[in-house]
Amino acid sequence: MAAWWDNLVSKFILNFITDNRWRYLWVGLGNTLKMTLGALVFGIVVGAVIAVVRTTWDKNNEEMRPGPARAILKFFNGLFRIYVTVIRGVPVVVQVMIFYYIIFASSTNGVLIGTLSFGVNSSAYVSEVIRSGIMSIDKGQFEAGRSLGFNYVQTMWNIILPQAIKNVLPALGNEFITLLKETSVAGYVGVMDLTKGGDIIRGRTYSAFMPLIAVALIYLVMVVILERLLGIFEKKLRSSDH
Amino acid sequence: MTNEVLIKAQGLKKYYNDGAIKALDGVDMEIHRGEVVVIIGPSGSGKSTFLRSLNLLELPTEGQILFEGTDITDPKVDINKHRQKMGMVFQHFNLFPNMTIMKNLTLGPTKLMKRSKAEAEAKAMELLERVGLADRAGAYPSQLSGGQKQRVAIVRALCMEPEVMLFDEPTSALDPEMVGEVLDVMRNLAREGMTMAVVTHEMGFAKEVGDRIVFMEDGRILEEAAPQDFFTAPKSDRAQAFLAKVLI
Repeated sequence: MAAWWDNLVSKFILNFITDNRWRYLWVGLGNTLKMTLGALVFGIVVGAVIAVVRTTWDKNNEEMRPGPARAILKFFNGLFRIYVTVIRGVPVVVQVMIFYYIIFASSTNGVLIGTLSFGVNSSAYVSEVIRSGIMSIDKGQFEAGRSLGFNYVQTMWNIILPQAIKNVLPALGNEFITLLKETSVAGYVGVMDLTKGGDIIRGRTYSAFMPLIAVALIYLVMVVILERLLGIFEKKLRSSDH
Repeated sequence: MTNEVLIKAQGLKKYYNDGAIKALDGVDMEIHRGEVVVIIGPSGSGKSTFLRSLNLLELPTEGQILFEGTDITDPKVDINKHRQKMGMVFQHFNLFPNMTIMKNLTLGPTKLMKRSKAEAEAKAMELLERVGLADRAGAYPSQLSGGQKQRVAIVRALCMEPEVMLFDEPTSALDPEMVGEVLDVMRNLAREGMTMAVVTHEMGFAKEVGDRIVFMEDGRILEEAAPQDFFTAPKSDRAQAFLAKVLI
């Protein structure tokens, strides 16, 4: 028993205390959070815009008068369809590498490039989630908004989107959790995120157990916190259900 | 009722599938300020489509709608400004389920008429009291009965201080017991001089409150008459057959 315990303690000291190796995890965690939060915001904003454009086209193209507005909408609907297909069709790690080594080859700000590429990736998935939310809202809600005198965008913003987001919150939560964990491939382009930090420690100490389990636990705790936050938010939105 | 024409529909046509389906096939109608026009007819006669084209929820294939003299089918016209003055009440209420009754009522006035929250709430409260629902201001739509929901929906439209109220089968989705309370609200509204266009199957209401009955069939107006004339001596065979089948 004592030998087992002593071994554990010495491994702990070796992996985290010696040379302040815990700093790899700390800095890595910071980068993981930066990329996740940035990509989350980017993904929601861009995803919502894509979802609104696509549902607007799908619901209204037959009724719309020919004209520039219709042509612009048609163009962006087509563009976003291709965007979603391409983004969903390529593995995220390949996308991150394309962003880092090709599109932004002149920059070495890996965290920023990572944030952008994870955001782009997430936006494609988020757009489909929000799109399903918008499609689930009864047509009568649109009509009620429009009949009061709200224009299309105001109706979307004030009436449709709040209900749509509420309906798809569990699916959005899924996407956010996936996003958090997907940032673990940032090490491929030299960003020291949490996973990479743990891996660096493993490379220094030739001891895999402690750093990997620590990394796994930190991800798990973050996901649990995220689940809690989503749960609170969901409950708040559900106050109108009786 | 005055002689001022508030809404004038001219040659309204609504075609689907390149004209294979003619929901509206040339409808002309005038609605005067203060008038209550009741539109009746069998299902599929185009009466709802007609009512919904008056505020362009349905975009007519052909024809014009003049509202206070402005052709609102002109794409250059800001339809949203005109819709504010045309209150609409739907068969399925269409209250916003994620908002309290008060929020349902004040959303339009605060966002579109730039009213302060206090002002909008005072006005909403006053109208809620008139329909006997002041105590439900903080409730959500799901906590209300169908009749209460429809009364709230009427109030929501009234909060925008419209020039005309359009009713699209306002009692068709209600339990029979709740029809009366909604019709009472509409009757009071008519008495106060509100201009109303009502699509309904409530013949008793049409007879009592309507200034004019419009009978539609196959996307056309078949007959237009004062209620006493229409219900006692309908001219067309189709209207006679229709009245013979509905309970009055």
